[in-house]
Amino acid sequence: MGYVAVKGGAAAIENAEKFSLVRRAGGASALLKPEQIREQLHFAVDRVMGEGSLYAPDLAALAFKQAAGDTFEAAFILRSYRTTLPRLGYAEPIGTDGMRVIRRISAAFKDIPGGQILGPTPDYTLRLLNFDLQEESSSRTRQQIRQLFQDAQRQDPLPERFPKVVEMLRREGLLETRRRGSGGGDGLVDITRQALSFPAPRSAQLQTLARGETGGLLALAYSNMRGYGSVHPVIGELRVGFLPVSYKNPLSGSIERLGEIQVTEAEVISRIAAAEGSALFSLGYGLCFGHNETKAIAMAVLDRAMACEEPAAPSEDQEFVLTHVDGIESMGFCNHYKLPHYVTFQSELDRLRNIQTGQRPTEETRS
Amino acid sequence: MKPSLPSKAALIPADWRDSGSSARGRYSYAFLDEGAKREIRRKMLKAVAIPGCQVPFGSREMPIARGWGTGGLQLTLALIGPDDVLKVIDQGSDDSVNAVNIKKFVRQVTGVTVTTDTRAATLIQTRHRIPEEPLRPHQLLIFQVPIPEPLRLVEPSERETRRMHAEADYSRMWLYLYEDIVKFNEITVAARYPVLVNRRHLMDPSPIPRWDVAKLNQGEALCLFCAGREKRIYAVPPHTEVAPLSFEDFAFRVEEFGERRCGRCGSTGTYLDEVIDDATGRRTYSCSDTAYCEKIRKRGGATRPGGSGEAPS
Repeated sequence: MGYVAVKGGAAAIENAEKFSLVRRAGGASALLKPEQIREQLHFAVDRVMGEGSLYAPDLAALAFKQAAGDTFEAAFILRSYRTTLPRLGYAEPIGTDGMRVIRRISAAFKDIPGGQILGPTPDYTLRLLNFDLQEESSSRTRQQIRQLFQDAQRQDPLPERFPKVVEMLRREGLLETRRRGSGGGDGLVDITRQALSFPAPRSAQLQTLARGETGGLLALAYSNMRGYGSVHPVIGELRVGFLPVSYKNPLSGSIERLGEIQVTEAEVISRIAAAEGSALFSLGYGLCFGHNETKAIAMAVLDRAMACEEPAAPSEDQEFVLTHVDGIESMGFCNHYKLPHYVTFQSELDRLRNIQTGQRPTEETRS
Repeated sequence: MKPSLPSKAALIPADWRDSGSSARGRYSYAFLDEGAKREIRRKMLKAVAIPGCQVPFGSREMPIARGWGTGGLQLTLALIGPDDVLKVIDQGSDDSVNAVNIKKFVRQVTGVTVTTDTRAATLIQTRHRIPEEPLRPHQLLIFQVPIPEPLRLVEPSERETRRMHAEADYSRMWLYLYEDIVKFNEITVAARYPVLVNRRHLMDPSPIPRWDVAKLNQGEALCLFCAGREKRIYAVPPHTEVAPLSFEDFAFRVEEFGERRCGRCGSTGTYLDEVIDDATGRRTYSCSDTAYCEKIRKRGGATRPGGSGEAPS
């Protein structure tokens, strides 16, 4: 069936939806429950929450199910739900040194106050296909987990707070102090309420990056790390953990705790180009929802790269970075080329035929 | 923590509240919250006040993808009232899947009447065409815009193009067209032809063919443009001068159809789609504005060039 100019477009759309249903759920296996996705495909859920810009694990799992595993699509579904929610207020600022940490490492120092905590990471696991998972025995897996918790009880509990590694550098006067609100006012900008303008204030930069698509951020940050740029990052600290979210009650004025969110935070250190004065370290900052270390590090590298006064590479040009990292926008625009364009193409044909024949008709048709 | 807004129910027409669709109970009338609608309307007023000038706005995410008409849709939803009659076209056709989809969505969240008849519509959302029948006062034409910046052709940076607009510095655009003529003896810009609005702002008329550009000039209806992804609104109010960039000795020209006429209704004064017949490989032509074509056909076809005589000349 043609996709335009044929009566019955509505029926075609409905059928397309039905066929998608068959593709998602037409197999013989049991249907996925969103809670299975939330618990067992947590990296996907975190990615969808981050790019969808809404901290809602249950809804992100549902979106992931609905999108049949397409993270772009799932983040898109979550974002268009987010846009319908009323904005009741803003949470209190959160200090990340109070994070309930499950993982915390520094590449800059061998040992750090509070210690290096590897936590849950596949970083050092050999990436061999684990065929045992094909027929995973739930009783054996649960037994392993029970054993782990028993062993853990014999360990010292983790400290309540971990000091920030970069604070040590700051105290020593080795860190550059960022100019406040560079490129804009001091107040926080919300890019979902106000279109980006350039130069963008840092709050708008960080918000855009935090909502950015992981792959998009990675590609741009990687270009910088590889040589199209001047950031030589050292990971000062990478943290994964939970942060309390508080809200100031507008009536009573008291601070009420709403819950916690899981985040990944990266602080990368890079030496500043020794243009004038003494050499300093400068910091790039990355923070995103859930457990997504690639995104947090890429974000931190880009944050640092965009601080360059005179951009010499795409990743250092804030307009270039900020207008291209949003997954919902870029994937939407990429896919819109599937829409019919035959009116404009007809116009192109007309131009090309005229140029090829070299004949410019003498009479003016319309002006 | 209750916001001091009127309750949602008070803002929603009663017949809409009571109707059965599952989306209706869950979302506000016309999907957008009232705060968003108000902001978009204010930005539209600003756009009307400065014809052709791009006004940034806080573009909301829509349940259709960016690049698929989220800008036009936000204007439609911010403007539409229960008494409006809506027409949506894509490439001139009411039945194109994306037009059908947008119509379906707006109906779902408003319950308004839809039509294919250009004359009957109070609000027309369009992608890539202006209807053949002249629009009248009190009609609104809403354009979906992929790239609102006409200068993007010559300058990728938004900072720089904003400066160029502020200073009305359009020399690089003129130069681009001039170089085209030198190289090709023709201007290569096909659709999305840059126009000067009110003798001040260079504007992207959205990817309409050059054929439609004249319809923007001194029109009767208010034309509103919105790019959701790029977060810009702009407008051409009624009775505003809209002139395509053109040289004294190399005038702007629209697409040529020569003596060709629509294979369905026989019109000659309309923008035609070229269709290649599967079996014979023969090229045939039909009106891109399908609702207009249907109207002429019902009247027994066009008997003389210019169709019904209502087509713009």
